[in-house]
Amino acid sequence: MIAISHIIPLFVAISLLGAFIISIIGKRLKWIPDVIGNITTLILLGLSVLAMWTIVTKGTLVYSVGSWKLPIGIALVLDGLTAFMLITVNLIAFSVSIYSISYMERFTSKWKFYTLFLLMVAGMNGVVVSGDIFNLFVFLEIASVASYALVAFGTERHELEAAFKYTVMSSVGSLFLLLGIVFLYSYTSTLNMADMANILAQKSASNIIIMVIVLFITGFGLKAALVPFHAWLPDAHPSAPAPISAMLSGVLIKSLGIYTLCRIFYNVIGINPTLSSILMILGTLSMVIGVFLAIGQWDFKRLLAYHSISQIGYVILGIGLGTPLGIIGGLFHLFNHSVFKSLLFLNSGAVEYATGTRDLKKMGGLIAKMPVTGTTSLVASMSIAGIPPFNGFWSKLIIIIAAVQANRLGYAFWAVLASILTLASFTKVMKYAFFGKPRKRWSEVKEVPIFMKLAMVTLAIICVIGGVLLISNINQIFLKPASDVLLEGTKYADIVFKGIQ
Amino acid sequence: MIIYLLCLMLFCCGLYCILVKRNIIKIILGIIIAEYAVNLFFILVAYRMEGRAPILSSEVEIVNMVDPLPQALVLTSIVIGLATTTLLVAIAMRIYEKYGTFDITKIKELKG
Repeated sequence: MIAISHIIPLFVAISLLGAFIISIIGKRLKWIPDVIGNITTLILLGLSVLAMWTIVTKGTLVYSVGSWKLPIGIALVLDGLTAFMLITVNLIAFSVSIYSISYMERFTSKWKFYTLFLLMVAGMNGVVVSGDIFNLFVFLEIASVASYALVAFGTERHELEAAFKYTVMSSVGSLFLLLGIVFLYSYTSTLNMADMANILAQKSASNIIIMVIVLFITGFGLKAALVPFHAWLPDAHPSAPAPISAMLSGVLIKSLGIYTLCRIFYNVIGINPTLSSILMILGTLSMVIGVFLAIGQWDFKRLLAYHSISQIGYVILGIGLGTPLGIIGGLFHLFNHSVFKSLLFLNSGAVEYATGTRDLKKMGGLIAKMPVTGTTSLVASMSIAGIPPFNGFWSKLIIIIAAVQANRLGYAFWAVLASILTLASFTKVMKYAFFGKPRKRWSEVKEVPIFMKLAMVTLAIICVIGGVLLISNINQIFLKPASDVLLEGTKYADIVFKGIQ
Repeated sequence: MIIYLLCLMLFCCGLYCILVKRNIIKIILGIIIAEYAVNLFFILVAYRMEGRAPILSSEVEIVNMVDPLPQALVLTSIVIGLATTTLLVAIAMRIYEKYGTFDITKIKELKG
């Protein structure tokens, strides 16, 4: 009988195995990359559902790598937040890999794409399951390095420029993180996050912790593209191939930036009012500045990239509020944003696939020629703009209600304003790209292949029924355990040490 | 104390290179310098004066040990640095092929 906690390392192992197989035989056999890539992500999705179910029935699981006892060895932890993030990451990874079957035909060497893609998934899953701060850093770097290479995948002028900028800024972010980890290690003499939380709770406040907090906000802010650190995102995300843009905007900035930020600030260092207002201010800045920059864009993907900054702001605002409702809203918006933003990037990829352009001014009347792309894009646009009954409406509503309840009316006002501006800019997208007069030059345009449609329709269905997740029974399984982890704060340590091995 | 200050200076040199220099290769060198400074700092944190290697032996009583964990961690971090640097240099080579220059003020097509 194998202990149930053995499923935790599989999230990393299976994706690494898939990447390995593709890289050694994918070059010879043309069908291998597609098949292995999709099977791997499907298995990962299945495992994450299983993980979620285990969390609900059994409680927190802990796996100690190499059977070293807990504070010494590397721990992999599976708790509510982890399971929630695993589902988000692997759901998007699966739909993106289905989409790539057709889309990536345009590029040579598909096997390189799938290898890097699975490495990135391995890194993200690793970040999410890791309970050891240095191990978290290593996985974070695996995912980042794979994403640098994927942004430069087209090796054209723009891609290279964007990839260079992204790599430089993100490496600086990683340096700050490493420096923060060094300070934490020198202060607590441990790397295990649970143990670290225990030791930090015993010691009184010190200037080192303030230093660490500043370093982490800079580092994770650069990874998550919060506003003062966002300059790389509008270049890097549009330059990547569309499925990768969907991955980057959909899950990479969340698992590398937001998840890590929450985990360390809530569970290790412990949240306090100052920290929480810093988070809220950063969130509001991102929310408002992102949407203002987005509204003037004419490049479809660049517009979406600026909206990612804005929507990340909502997530940080919700989580920064620190109230139970705010955290649920933030996490729910995180999930919703990864679904509808991935869908929008896949749509933009489909439009580019069919027409060869990303310029909104050159499009027009595409819904007649591409009904599936047009309809799914409409659904996603309404979700991101917060129109009922789509999922984006519910999460934004919860965040705004939470802000009002916490007596933060100013933040609530900015959230509403940003939402209205989002609606305005997506009205523009819809008008110029899909509705309006059909142009003659697009009369030959055909709808995209079946796999791309399948991926888009799946995500669109999730957008439509996303609100169901709030019904109390489903909420108990999906969102509640995740928000509980953040609400428990530094009690995280006890939970991990008592976790089922 | 002075050694930590020197380490900080090294880090600042690297950051200065990244922020101010216009040549792509110099920016890459800046990243490498900053990375080495962080690695060096990690090793310094673990160092004990007059310390010895933490190897258990029955003859010698161990009084003052160097913390071995950061040394292992720094190895990992050097390898990560290697991967990032390789990728950066590869991108820089491709950029030179396409643009014919290493000057970042001339490589500015993405705006807005």
